[in-house]
Parts: sequence; C-alpha cells; structure tokens
Amino acid sequence: MQRFLPILLVVLMLALVAFVRPSAAQDLAATLSGLTDSDPKPAIAALTQSGDDKAKAALAALAAGNLYTRLSDGAVVIGETDGALIVVTNAATGEIEDMAKPEELQVIAVSDDVKSLLAGAVPAASSGPVDFTTALNGLKSDSFADKGKAIEALTDLGDVRAIAVFRALADGRLFLRKSDGLMVIGAPSGNDLALTSPLDGRALGAVSPGTLDPLFVNNNLRNVLREAVGRLGLSSADPAARQIAANALLDNATPEAVALLRDAYGRETVDGVKRIMALSLAAAEIAHPDKVKRLDAIAVLGAASDLRVRALLQARLNQEPDADVKAALVKAFDRMQTKITLYSYVENFVQGISLGSVLLLAAVGLAITFGVMGVINMAHGEMIMLGAYSAYVTQELFRALLPPGWIGAYLIVALPVAFLIAAAVGVVIERGVIRFLYGRPLETMLATWGVSLCLQQAVRSIFGATNKEVANPSWMTGAIDVAGGLSVTWNRVYIIIFCFLVLGLIALILKRTAFGLHMRAVTQNRQMAAVMGIPTARIDAMTFALGSGIAGMAGVALSQIGNVSPNLGTLYIVDSFLVVVFGGVGSLMGTLVGALTLGVVNKILEPVAGAVLGKVVVLVCIILFIQKRPRGLFAAKGRSADA
Amino acid sequence: MREKLETLAKPRPLLDRKGWAAFLAIGFVLIVLVPLLNMLPARGSLLHLSDYLIPLLGKYACYAILALSLDLVWGYAGILSLGHGAFFALGGYAMGMYLMRQIGTRGVYGHPELPDFMVFLNWKELPWYWAGFDSFPFAMLMVLLAPGILALVLGWFAFRSRVTGVYISIVTQAMTFALLLAFFRNDMGFGGNNGLTDFKDILGFPIQSQDTRLGLYVASVIALGLCFLLCRFVTQSKLGRVLLAVRDAESRVRFLGYSPTSAKLFAFVLSALLAGVAGALYVPQVGIINPGEFSPANSIEVAIWVAVGGRGTLYGAILGGVAINLVKTWLTGAAPELWLFVLGGLFIASTLLFPKGIVGLVGQFRAWRDEKKAFALSDKAAAEKGAE
Repeated sequence: MQRFLPILLVVLMLALVAFVRPSAAQDLAATLSGLTDSDPKPAIAALTQSGDDKAKAALAALAAGNLYTRLSDGAVVIGETDGALIVVTNAATGEIEDMAKPEELQVIAVSDDVKSLLAGAVPAASSGPVDFTTALNGLKSDSFADKGKAIEALTDLGDVRAIAVFRALADGRLFLRKSDGLMVIGAPSGNDLALTSPLDGRALGAVSPGTLDPLFVNNNLRNVLREAVGRLGLSSADPAARQIAANALLDNATPEAVALLRDAYGRETVDGVKRIMALSLAAAEIAHPDKVKRLDAIAVLGAASDLRVRALLQARLNQEPDADVKAALVKAFDRMQTKITLYSYVENFVQGISLGSVLLLAAVGLAITFGVMGVINMAHGEMIMLGAYSAYVTQELFRALLPPGWIGAYLIVALPVAFLIAAAVGVVIERGVIRFLYGRPLETMLATWGVSLCLQQAVRSIFGATNKEVANPSWMTGAIDVAGGLSVTWNRVYIIIFCFLVLGLIALILKRTAFGLHMRAVTQNRQMAAVMGIPTARIDAMTFALGSGIAGMAGVALSQIGNVSPNLGTLYIVDSFLVVVFGGVGSLMGTLVGALTLGVVNKILEPVAGAVLGKVVVLVCIILFIQKRPRGLFAAKGRSADA
Repeated sequence: MREKLETLAKPRPLLDRKGWAAFLAIGFVLIVLVPLLNMLPARGSLLHLSDYLIPLLGKYACYAILALSLDLVWGYAGILSLGHGAFFALGGYAMGMYLMRQIGTRGVYGHPELPDFMVFLNWKELPWYWAGFDSFPFAMLMVLLAPGILALVLGWFAFRSRVTGVYISIVTQAMTFALLLAFFRNDMGFGGNNGLTDFKDILGFPIQSQDTRLGLYVASVIALGLCFLLCRFVTQSKLGRVLLAVRDAESRVRFLGYSPTSAKLFAFVLSALLAGVAGALYVPQVGIINPGEFSPANSIEVAIWVAVGGRGTLYGAILGGVAINLVKTWLTGAAPELWLFVLGGLFIASTLLFPKGIVGLVGQFRAWRDEKKAFALSDKAAAEKGAE
C-alpha cells in the first residue's frame, strides 16, 4: 500500500485544486451546457432568471438558431456567420474567440414549445448620425448592418480622422475600453497596446489587451472599409498611408476615386508608392474603351503577382471583344499564373515544414520515452499543454512585476521554466505511476490516459476553460517578404530554427554524454545494461523527464502560433503518435523524417482535398503503411526489435 | 491461465448450476420485474419506477454489450482495441438511417424521400448508399455488415502483418479518429456534425411513447443476455482456449501449429458485430447519433469500463460498464468538474491498485487473507520452536 501513497497524494491534490476556483463564468458555462440536455427547459428558466447580459445574449442566439456547441471542447458558443466561416463568441464569457468552420460547430436545436419560452429581446436600431462623434459611435453597434451605415456616414463626412479609425477597424485594432466604454485605437507596443483617441489623436497610455473589447467587422465590411480608406487616404501626408490607400483601390475603385488617384499619381514622389498607384490606375483602365490604353494597362498589370490582379485579368478575359488585347491578356495571365502557382507551392512547402517542425517538437519526446521504456505516454499532449500554460504564466508575471521594456524577454525565460515544470510533472508521473507498470504497455497507456484527463481538468479548473492568449514578443511579429507576393511570418521561421536547435541538442545528449550512452544501452537491451551496472530505474526517470521537458518546450512554441487552451495537447497527440509510428520507434532520424513528411503531405493535400479529407487520407495511408512496415520507416534492427 | 490441466480435456459447460441460477434471476428482475414496477404501481408510490429510468437502463444495457464486446477481444485475445466506439457508432448510424427513412413526409421540409439535412444541402436524390434503408431487415443486416466488414478488413491487414500490442491500439485509435473526421463532413451524406436525429417511429411504433421505450429496453436486456451467452460459448470452446493462449504467448501458439491470425480475426469481427448491435439498440433509445460517438476518448472510456469491472471474465465487463455509467450519470449532474478527475483516477487506480477489476477484488482479498493466515501460522510455528 505504501508505494501507492505518492499517487494517492497527487490525485488528492488535483481533486482539491478542482474545488478552489469556481467562478461566475464557470457557473454560467454549466448552466449553458444544460441547454444541450434533452430537456433544456430548466436551463432556459435559470438563464432567464439570472438577469445576466450574457445569459440574455445566449437566449437570443438560441431563439435565432445561432447558439452552437463547439465540438472540440463542448463549450456553448454564439456564432455569427461571416462568409463561409462563423465568428465564435464564447457564450459564458462574452469574449470573441475564434473563427470556426461550420463543421466544427453543432447547432443547439430546440423544439417549438421551447422556442415559445424564449421571448427574444431584440436590440433597437440606432438613429442616423450627423457629426463625426455621433457617426463614430455608430461603430459601437453589435450589428454589422449598423456598422456599415456608420462607415458610410463617416466616409461621406470626408473627415481625414476617419482613415485611422477605418484602418484600425479593418485590422481589428479598434477597441472599446472595458472600464468606461471609450472608443480607442490600439497600436502594438511590446505586449501592450498603445492607445490613441480617434477624435484628436491624443495618446491615452499603454494598456494590456485584456482590458479592451475589440470591435469586429466581417469580410463584406472590410471591403467597404478598404475602398473608403483608399478614397480618404490618397491625400495623406504619410507615404505609407498613401500606399495603403492606393493598394486598397486596386479592385474596387469608383470613378471618382480613380480621378483622385490620378491626381495623387501626378503629385507622388516616392517610387514604391508610385508603382502601386500605377498598378491601381492600370487596374482601373483595363476596361478603357481605347484599345491602346487597355494594352498598356495589361502590360503594367502583367508584371505583378497578386491574386487580386489575377482575378481582374480573368474577369476582363471573359468580356474582352478585341483579339489582340485578348492575346495579351492570356499571355499576361499565364505568366502570372505560373508565378502564383510556383509561389503557392513554395508557400505550402514552407508551411508544411513549419507544421512538421511543430509535430517534430511534439513527437520527439514521445519517441524517446517510447524507445527507451517501451511506454506509450498518453499524457504527453498534456505536457505540451503545461508548457504552453507556463509560457502564459511567465508572460503574466513579467507584465505584473517587471518594467514594460522587459516584456520581450519573457519567451526566453519561459523556455527553461516550461522545460522544468513539464520535466518535474513527468518525473512525478514516472515515479508515481509508470514505474509500477513496466512490461505492461497496454495498462501504461490506460493509466497515462487517466493522468491526462486529470491534468486537463486541473488546468481547466485553475485557469478556466476559455482560451488564453500568449502574445508574440515584438521581435517575432511581422513577416519577411521573400519575393513579391511571397512572404513568411517570423514566428514560423523562429519555430523551424528552434525545432532544429532542440533536435541537435538531443542528438548531442544522446551521442556525446554518459547519460545518452546509458539511455541508448537501455534502449537496446535493458537487462544487459542493468547487468553492466547502469542504474536503469534512474535512467528511466531521467529519460521521462527529458521527454516531458521537450514536450513542455514544444508547448511554448505552440503558444506562439495559436491560443492556449486546456485541450491543446489532445489536438496534437494523435498526430504525434502517427509521427512516431510512421518514423519508427526510438529513432530520432525516423521522427525527423516522419514529422516533416506528415507536415508537408498534410499541407499539400489540404488545398487539393480539403483540410478534413486530407487528414483522413493521411490517416488511412499511415494505417496501410503500418501493415507494410509495422515497425516504422527507421525500425530498430536486430534482436532488440522483437522485444 | 491458471486453470488445471484436467479441465482442458473435458468439454466445459456454458455456465455451471450457480451461474445459470444467477443468470436467470438477474434476467427475471430486469425483464419482468422492472417493466412491471414501471407499469403497475401508481405514479408517486414508493415502488414505482419512474419513466425516465427505463431508457436510461436500456442505455446501460447497450453500454454493457459494448463493454462485453471489448472484453472478448481484450480480455481473451489480448487485443486492446481503442476504436470499438467506431463499430458501435457504425451500428448506430445504420439504425439511424433506417429511422431517418421512417420519418417520411413528417420532416421539417416534408420531403417524402430525402431526410431534412439533404434537402437543406440542396441534394436532389438519395445517395446510393442510402438505398434500401427503408426496409428494417436490410437495415439490421447493415447493422452487422458495416462494422463487421470494417473489422474484417482492418483486422485482416493488421493481424496478417503481425501488428500487435500498443501498435494495434494506435491503429484502431487512428481508425476511429479518421472516421470521426470523415463523418463530420457534410458531403459524406450522414448529416455532418448534427448527425441523424428527430426520429419519429420504429417498426410503426412511435419512438417517444413509453411502451416503445419499454419494448426497446427489454430488447436491449435480452440482447445483452444473448450476447453474454454467445461470448461465453466462444470463450468456453476450444477456440477460447486458443485465444487465451494467443493472449499470453502468441509466438508459442504459432509454433504449436495454430493460426493466431484467424483466431484473432474471428474474435475481432465477432466483437465488432456485438458492438454494432449495441449501437443499433442505443440510437433509438437516446434519439440521436452524431459523429461525436467516433471520438477516440469514447473508445478509451470503454476500455476503462472493462478494466474496472475485471478483464477476461465477461460478467466483469458488464458490471464495469453499468457501474461506471451509473457514476457518470450521477456525477455529471451533481459535480461535472469532478467527473474527469474521477474517471482519470479510475484509469490510474484500476491499473495500479486492482488490475483484476472489481471482480478480482474478491480474489485479491482472499489471497491477502490467506497470506496473512500463513504468516500468522508460520509466526506461531516459529514461536513454538523458540519456546522449545
């Protein structure tokens, strides 16, 4: 009995943690999940009585058929359709979380008698704005239609102050301050946002994004905004603003905007801006009645490699009556087509490599522990999740305790922190659970799955079920422009570099240290290694710590490309297993090749077959592949392979 | 494993006298007493079994069949399938398709042939794989064929190339994950993420009425009993001995001239069929089938029912399936955030503390008592020796 004491202690601690932090949002979340029961009436009654604004919003959404269950985590969310995607708002917290595809959500349907229960509260429409301030307030409306009206009113006013507002709105940088509801424009400054007033451009200090509510637009409004910015921005004194304005007018310029553009082109002195203006002018002239003008325009446009220009050419191709012009169009179109296709291949490949390196980071720890101990660690995904939360906590600590200038360094600190936390939890799991189960791989799998459930729920209880945002430090934001139209974001580049650094480090440890030598010995023949005096139990614990620690660092990397949530690990665990199985157990090379292959194949299949079907195809291929080579691509050879 | 040699020679009975008595007694309580307690006593009286309990019990019976099917492959053949939820869901989908076709013109769009979601997707005619599902016998055939063929193909590939242990677990898990993703797609024609629901009637009986629910409950319990006897028959036969041997030393069985591949394949396919039956009975009682049933977490949960109940005993699996689901029903209502801790704890505890499950606890207790007795005896002997 005594030897199980540590596990019991861990379980008890985790159970205690569950009780510590019940919050209002969680209560609401619990009530909301009641809506998905076969009888939602009690939940509806509870929501009606609560008087909470969020509860009201949820009920209104339910009545309108906009309330969904998110399939990935079962959270109840409000969805607002935006083109092919759905903007997801967490019903319990009222925060906008993500864009989702329709198949990721399930509508909460209610029967007619329940609908009659839902006396819907319909928000009243606002009245027409007159001056800049009132017009600006129209943007605060939740309805996209009202926002559209406000944008129109602002454009008609012709006030240049609107340019900054429009650009901020289109980029999602227009906020309402949670404390007083004041509308502000935010610009990233380190991990904070520097606020300015939209009315007079006054600086309002820097705050963390959490204190602000962003205002949202859909794609339709984004187009309207682009055109409006174009019209207003051509006369700006800032070359960057003029460039943006000219770019915005590429495919939706009205005749009066073209006139403005031509004036601006004559005045323009900066080369880069002039080129873009020329492009936009050419785009406007592609339908010019004069054949020569059309040919000139096509010559200008053909040199570009922009998807919007391609669409323009294609549209013109269908209408063009003149044979010469048509030939020129086809030529320009083909040239651009080849360029764009080539770029998209390169882009897919780079994305595949970056997805692959994430997979590699996630899978390499798994491969090590599996190789050395023959143990499948189903809680490996939760080590990744713990690493990501370590990054989040480090960031919050930096924000709270250190001067703002230091914030960019949090990521550097987060890496060792995540490594240590995940490694410590790994050791506890190994010493507390796994070491009693050696030689029983199936049971180990189930027990570690249990651990993963507990860890997930513990994190959910401590940090809440909603996604946490970990900001990129400023040196990781932005993109490198490799060639016109082809750009790679810095965070992807850093992740690829980081991943190969980690892999190199592991290879060094394995090949050049005593611990690595011992590890390899245990992998090859556990009994013989023990006979030679290698402390196998300690090697096991250290291997597990190493594998978990690497998973923790993978979590930090993942926090830089997506949100952090309690079920982050489950998203990657099946893929990591497949990488390990595909590449061959316990082989670093196999994991490397397996991960990169899977990443690239996934990304290449995605546009051809669609994201979901692509994944299914990959899964089926791997299942078939295992039939052929049950021990993976780089199988260990010799007697140890048949253990 | 530890049975004596002479039992190998004799043909072994399906159940011994005590076993039959218990089987019949439990059967009587579940099939006769429970429905009577629901129908006869007045509402509100102490003896009355409330209406909502009937489909709940029916659901447990389906889970028990699923647990039984996993015990057959895991407890006896040593194949830990982490994709049994997929067979369950396939059976469920076959039944769901029949029930969808029964809706007829009563759907929201009132289309005589197409289910609502197809009308919604602007489909003009029924896809070929929906043909025939308006006939009950055909649908029942598909309940067996769909999971059966999948298991046959997967099992044939896997066992032939000697994929064993954790690898087969991961392959089956990947299989159910792939199906999960596939069934989420709207263009698969299985209702996408909403699945199949809004059923009206089954074999002409309204599906919501209490009588139909009672009927479905009784059918589930009878199916559970028959499945139990079938599994028992297989495991008591010579094939059952081979399966046990495969579980414990596969290569040795191969050297002795048996074919582990075909034995395992038989058990795997049979088990998939049972899981399909469980799914088919489950769907009309809960009124919905959606891709969520394919999620890998569901399948792993089944493994823990079996582990907690006691592997390789069949009745242990039934016990575990019912017991854990009882706790789940209670806890997810009373303290939802606790449920995952309890489930996770069960996974750890059942593997570490009581590897033979609830059923094995009795034996574990006995062994512990005997050991203590033996110690006491030897202490006594030593003391006497010392006294001399």
